[in-house]
Amino acid sequence: MKDKYIFRTGVLLIFLFMFTSLFLGMDTCLAQEMGEAEILEDSLAQPPAPPTNVVAKDAPNDNGHALLVTWTLSADDGVGRNNVVSYQILRSDSPEGEFEVRGLVPAGENIFSDEGAKEKEDANYFPPHKDFYYKVRARSDGIFSDSEVSAPAQAYGQWYHTGKTPVLFAVIIFSTFALVFITVARKGKELYIRPLAGIEAVDEAIGRATEMGKPILYILGLGSADMIATIASFTILSRVSKKTAEYQTPILIPCCDPIVMAVAQETVRAAYLEAGRPDDYKQENIYYLTSMQFAYVAGVNGIMIREKPATNFYLGKFYAESLLLAETGSLAGSIQISGTDEIAQIPFFVAATDYTLIGEELYAASAYLGREPVLLGTLKGQDWAKALVMIFLILGALAATFHFQWFLNLLKVQL
Amino acid sequence: MRRTLPIAVVAGVGLFMLVQYFIPLEEFETLYEWALDWTMVIGCFAMLLGLYSLTTMMVTKVKRKAPGWGYSLVALAGLFFMVFVGVVPHYQDSLKYGTLFMDIFEYIYIPIQAAMFSLLAFYIASAAYRAFRARTVLATILLVSAIIIMLRLVPLGPLSGINQWLVNFILTVPNMAAKRAFWLGVGLGATATALKIMLGIERGYMGRD
Amino acid sequence: MNFYERMMNLDRRWVYLVIGVVVVVTAIWTFRVPLYVTPEARSVYDFVESLTPGEVLMIGVDYDPSALAELHPMSYAITRQCFSKDVKLLLCCLHQNGPGMVEQVIAQVAEEYGKVNGVDYVYLGYKPYPSITILAMGQNFRIPFPEDYYGTPLDSLPMMRTITNYDNVRAIINISAGSATEYWINYANGRYNAKLAIGVTGVMTSDYYPFLQSGQIFGLIGGMKGASEYEYLAEKGGYISKEKDQLIASKSMPIQTTTHIVIILFIVIGNIGYFMTKGKK
Repeated sequence: MKDKYIFRTGVLLIFLFMFTSLFLGMDTCLAQEMGEAEILEDSLAQPPAPPTNVVAKDAPNDNGHALLVTWTLSADDGVGRNNVVSYQILRSDSPEGEFEVRGLVPAGENIFSDEGAKEKEDANYFPPHKDFYYKVRARSDGIFSDSEVSAPAQAYGQWYHTGKTPVLFAVIIFSTFALVFITVARKGKELYIRPLAGIEAVDEAIGRATEMGKPILYILGLGSADMIATIASFTILSRVSKKTAEYQTPILIPCCDPIVMAVAQETVRAAYLEAGRPDDYKQENIYYLTSMQFAYVAGVNGIMIREKPATNFYLGKFYAESLLLAETGSLAGSIQISGTDEIAQIPFFVAATDYTLIGEELYAASAYLGREPVLLGTLKGQDWAKALVMIFLILGALAATFHFQWFLNLLKVQL
Repeated sequence: MRRTLPIAVVAGVGLFMLVQYFIPLEEFETLYEWALDWTMVIGCFAMLLGLYSLTTMMVTKVKRKAPGWGYSLVALAGLFFMVFVGVVPHYQDSLKYGTLFMDIFEYIYIPIQAAMFSLLAFYIASAAYRAFRARTVLATILLVSAIIIMLRLVPLGPLSGINQWLVNFILTVPNMAAKRAFWLGVGLGATATALKIMLGIERGYMGRD
Repeated sequence: MNFYERMMNLDRRWVYLVIGVVVVVTAIWTFRVPLYVTPEARSVYDFVESLTPGEVLMIGVDYDPSALAELHPMSYAITRQCFSKDVKLLLCCLHQNGPGMVEQVIAQVAEEYGKVNGVDYVYLGYKPYPSITILAMGQNFRIPFPEDYYGTPLDSLPMMRTITNYDNVRAIINISAGSATEYWINYANGRYNAKLAIGVTGVMTSDYYPFLQSGQIFGLIGGMKGASEYEYLAEKGGYISKEKDQLIASKSMPIQTTTHIVIILFIVIGNIGYFMTKGKK
């Protein structure tokens, strides 16, 4: 009897416990749900504050197919309810019309560049000189609020890129220096330039080839005709071939580019004409080999081994083949004068050739060889421009060290 | 006229290219793109010129049985065979992996190019042996720097850390300073040369002094 | 000629012979070289690692077979890493002998990962005059490349629907053995502000430190050593494996190490000969 009583009491207590737990749990869940509902209801009731002061204006320094949209951040972006996730930028061609989404930026940003294509056939064509209206939508997990529609804005191209003003000033200053010294040189003033061993050896090298009765090998490099190093090499070739015409020394010019070959043929023909020996000009000595780097080197090395030129000129744009050429020339016993603006190849030329023109010395070589006042004047102008650059370097380093930002901003270029 | 017209064309085009750099207008952009297109077209047609020059030179050599004419024959045969293989059997598909054209490229041309490039290893050894002598102070500095840089690939045990620091210093400080100075000089030199060409002062490329 | 004079004037053929023997012997009896990963190579790896599936990376492959040993391993390692992460690739070539190199890499690696042309990668092909092409691509890829390498119009490729110019790719990695790198830096980064990293041959590496320091490039993989550093990182990341014979540059590092030692020895021998004969004179 007593056992039955205890058993029944125990079962009753267990059930009581279960029901109580259940009730408490439900109560907790409900409280949670109620809490979330309160929050959701709170959010649903009040979306983030809309952005304000939406301004659309033409994007500066462009070709007229972009507008810049700015706005004041929502009052709930980072502060207040702090529930802004992103901003959507919408555009329409009328204030009451349908707005399409043009872009999305994360919270905290208040600028967007609406760009498009300039081709009419393109799906993203952005017409210039057409009114566009913008509004900015502050978004937060499915809820959002829109700003007022902006005033109309039109995109148009600019006549001058203000971000490139430092470049313009540099060009003007440099050109002024060059023109001033050209004028000074034309007036007959003696301009001193430091001697370059490579340039002074050119006459000696050509003389050596003439004495030995061997040809001269002139390599214009692997660059195309539009490269400055190749153009500089053409001007040197003009003077070298004039000398070879006078001394009647054969000159071999295997080329790596067809346009370079055509220009080289014309250069040498004119030089022979000027030297009064047009009949000695042999077009077959100036030919195209191949545009492939190492195939070209193999061809030139073969020429060096077979023809055994007395003098080799390597003047122009060179790459990895520079050492192959120079070492083979050394094997063939030639005197070698090299020059390139390709800095990686300078050490190889310095190690393997007799004379090397480094970088801008190659560009200056035509002035050295011809000694024309106008060319010397340009060289002096270049030197003065370099001095000015050095001054600006020092000033810039000081400005960066002492945080004179206004000075550094003067030199900033926006491309 | 023969002398003035090319200079005028060079000056005009050069000036336009300089001016368009500062003007972002669409019309200038279009003209610039048009100029770029023409450069590509001229380059492609110039290739025909080069092909004619090469073929003429080699055929002449073969006809005259000049020294080394056999090599010219091989070069001509290779040239025309590759053109044939590239154009005739598959036309547009010849550049796809697995065609005869690409097989020749992969199994003949690539190994030959790689072999030519590998000659540099031997040549740099002989050039370094010949040229890296401590004749002057500057030559000694060059020599020591070269050895430090080469040693970065050599396991030096406890000295590897010091060597790595030295390599880093050499590459990021004196090397960078020298390269910057070099590039400044080259940039100014290139600007000066371009200016000389545009103003017609430099005419060597036209074949005129 | 005494001993020291002989030391100073050694016939170059002996130099070639010793180099040849050292290369062959090291190739047969190879060893592992301890590697120090440079920050500049690591930054390229870390950037590619940060890319998410679907993002587009552009690779400009501008080298020919002569630079195969140094640059091909970079192309393979980066391509494998990207395809493993489902990053889309846009490739182009500005070197006349490069199209075959790109084709070799992309055909092989795409097959390994089951990637589809036009969907997972697009190979634009080759165009001459790098400066002009890079400038034009900054406006629209379709200007220099209206069709891809295989002759398909770009507009009909699914991957190209959302890609117009450099603004639509996360970054450009230029793997180059020539002057194209300068144009990428000057035009793609300088004019269009494209994020740029480069992989170059060993001899060119020192030229580009100024650009790294100025922030114009965010990473630099230099030569075979740089390629082996990248392979080391990619192996650690599980993108390439030694078992599948994918460590191409790392296999050559021991040869480079021993060759460098031999060259240093020759320089020392030459200088000893020079000083001993100079003293006597």
